[in-house]
Amino acid sequence: MTMNNDSLIRLTDVNFAYDQRPILTGINLEIPRGKVVAIMGLSGCGKTTTLRLIGGQVRASSGEVRVDSQVVNDLDSDGLYQLRRRMGMLFQFGALFTDMSVYDNVAFQMREHTDLPEELIHDMVMMKLHAVGLRGAHNLMPSELSGGMARRVALARAIALDPMLIMYDEPFAGLDPISLSIVGELIRKLNDALGISSIVVTHDVQESLKIVDYVYFVAAGKIVAEGTADEIRDSTEPFVHQFIWGEPDGPVNFHYPAMRPYAEEMLSGPGRKQVWW
Amino acid sequence: MVVNVLRRILESLGRRVTSRLWRLGFAARFLLATLLHSGTALKRFQLTIREIYFTGVLSLIIILVSGLFVGMVLGLQGYDTLQRYGSSEALGILVALSLVRELGPVVAALLFASRAGSAITAEIGLMKATEQLSAMEMMAVNPIARVVAPRFWAGVISMPLLAALFSAMGIFGGYLVGVQLIGVDEGSFWSQMQASVDFREDIMNGVIKSFVFGVIVSWIAVFEGYDADPTAEGVSGATTRTVVTSSLAILFADFILTAFMFRG
Amino acid sequence: MNRATIDLWVGVFVAIGLGSLLFLGLKVGNLSMSSAGETYRLQAEFDNIGGLKVRAPVKSAGVVVGRVSDIRLDSESYRAVVSMNVDSRFKFPRDTILTINTSGLLGEQYIGFEVGGDSELFKDGVTVKKTQSAVVLEKLISQFMFNKASEGDGSDKK
Repeated sequence: MTMNNDSLIRLTDVNFAYDQRPILTGINLEIPRGKVVAIMGLSGCGKTTTLRLIGGQVRASSGEVRVDSQVVNDLDSDGLYQLRRRMGMLFQFGALFTDMSVYDNVAFQMREHTDLPEELIHDMVMMKLHAVGLRGAHNLMPSELSGGMARRVALARAIALDPMLIMYDEPFAGLDPISLSIVGELIRKLNDALGISSIVVTHDVQESLKIVDYVYFVAAGKIVAEGTADEIRDSTEPFVHQFIWGEPDGPVNFHYPAMRPYAEEMLSGPGRKQVWW
Repeated sequence: MVVNVLRRILESLGRRVTSRLWRLGFAARFLLATLLHSGTALKRFQLTIREIYFTGVLSLIIILVSGLFVGMVLGLQGYDTLQRYGSSEALGILVALSLVRELGPVVAALLFASRAGSAITAEIGLMKATEQLSAMEMMAVNPIARVVAPRFWAGVISMPLLAALFSAMGIFGGYLVGVQLIGVDEGSFWSQMQASVDFREDIMNGVIKSFVFGVIVSWIAVFEGYDADPTAEGVSGATTRTVVTSSLAILFADFILTAFMFRG
Repeated sequence: MNRATIDLWVGVFVAIGLGSLLFLGLKVGNLSMSSAGETYRLQAEFDNIGGLKVRAPVKSAGVVVGRVSDIRLDSESYRAVVSMNVDSRFKFPRDTILTINTSGLLGEQYIGFEVGGDSELFKDGVTVKKTQSAVVLEKLISQFMFNKASEGDGSDKK
């Protein structure tokens, strides 16, 4: 992707370590305005951490995270809260507030951050719920929703205050095929209708390649490949190929690295006696 | 070999002590943050009222029933002991003083810790495990102000009221058994009680005790919930720790407070 | 559970909580008596106060009129100095005698007023000299035993 000054988000040489254990190293990444960008990779490769860096929930060890020309790592907590009001985030399983109805969940931010009269909040909540097709479910409690419905309510909640950016953390995890395509289509539609930008963190290749404009591949804390959906599909890069076509062996090994060769391990027995304490 | 074993034991001891201390410091900072972010809980008092319902009102039944039975047992046992010395009319004093000074605040706080404290921990822990707290943070709402502080203040407000209810119910239970069942003279039951229970010395000190216990239990409950590992085992472990830690803390604080209050 | 129901229940809870505090204060404690009105202060010197304690009641004709506020030992006369607060509604003649009594055989000790006939009344802060010390049961018993023993001696000699 060409470096574009108009990008909403830009990560430059970002490193992040947790307890000395490096999670992300040398990340350079860019999200242009109005696009849907996917960050793909294996479980535990640092995708979600990237979202947390952008949302300011964790701070980069070095490098710069820039959102809408503000440097997130330099913001104080007030600045961070101001910035977050313009972001929406969809958590993996929706993270709806279980003690509130669907309606109150969507109204939550409006009540917390604005002094709007209740009638206006009602209209706004119904609009948001209508956009995800769940206006009729506004009285239900989160425990009464199916996984796909919960995800859509969470989406309505994420767009409650018309953010400039929505971050999706594994929006497709654990959904049936119908809910999957509903959520996928919603992500694309909301992005275009509201004129916002979206980041989708996922390992669901087929569904996300249908809707995204651009893809970053992360493996072991590094970006290993990037490109448009078509470029990624045709990629010959071994890791991407293995990932897209779901092959069990390839650059990503079936075997977890072992200390000693298999044969040696079998022949020598337990290496060291267990001590009782 | 022996040196190694010794060294290992000392190491693990040191590690335990430092990690406990670290956690205590973390809990103190957490309490400070809760107090600093109490503005929302007090300004939008509706939030706190809601939590008083869950901590206070829902604890009413267990508090009232336990108070009644503790008082009735005190009536029976007290009478049995006092009548050996021919001073069964002092039953009122015995029941009232033991309830107002000790049993009311302490037993009510122990019940409160296991009824409401564990529920607070489990609720906050589950909110953390299901990323609700993270979601709140990402919506630019501080979970300490929105979730933790109202629950903390609800506990602090409910505790003295529950303790007073426990004592009142217990005295009523003692009255039922002592006067109605055994037949201690009603007049001397109440008058002796009134003559020896001092409002400031006994009742207010009991209220102060229950207030302190309320702070302790609520603090431990919200902290354990907020600090819980976001897994099923983490939340259940935190709930257990809330009950165990607050029970020990209540009894320890009770000893300290009693030593200061009733020295004379 | 809607908001009005929660409000109602919390209201009920707070009301009965405060109500039970009031019950404790008025019915169980002495709030209705001790801190209700004005008091004046009296001091009295006793040779022996027995088991009298601070906050013990002060009674006249069996009615509680005040409370012991302080007990100390006068280091010159080696007598106990007892301070007490007496309800201002009750005035007592200046020649009233203060005694230390016991309610029942083993009950708590209190100060009793044996009212005299003087027309002048106690003033605030006055020290009462006419007192009667506590009856110390052990002394009484040993005296009784001693007397009995000496009586017995006399009869033997006869």
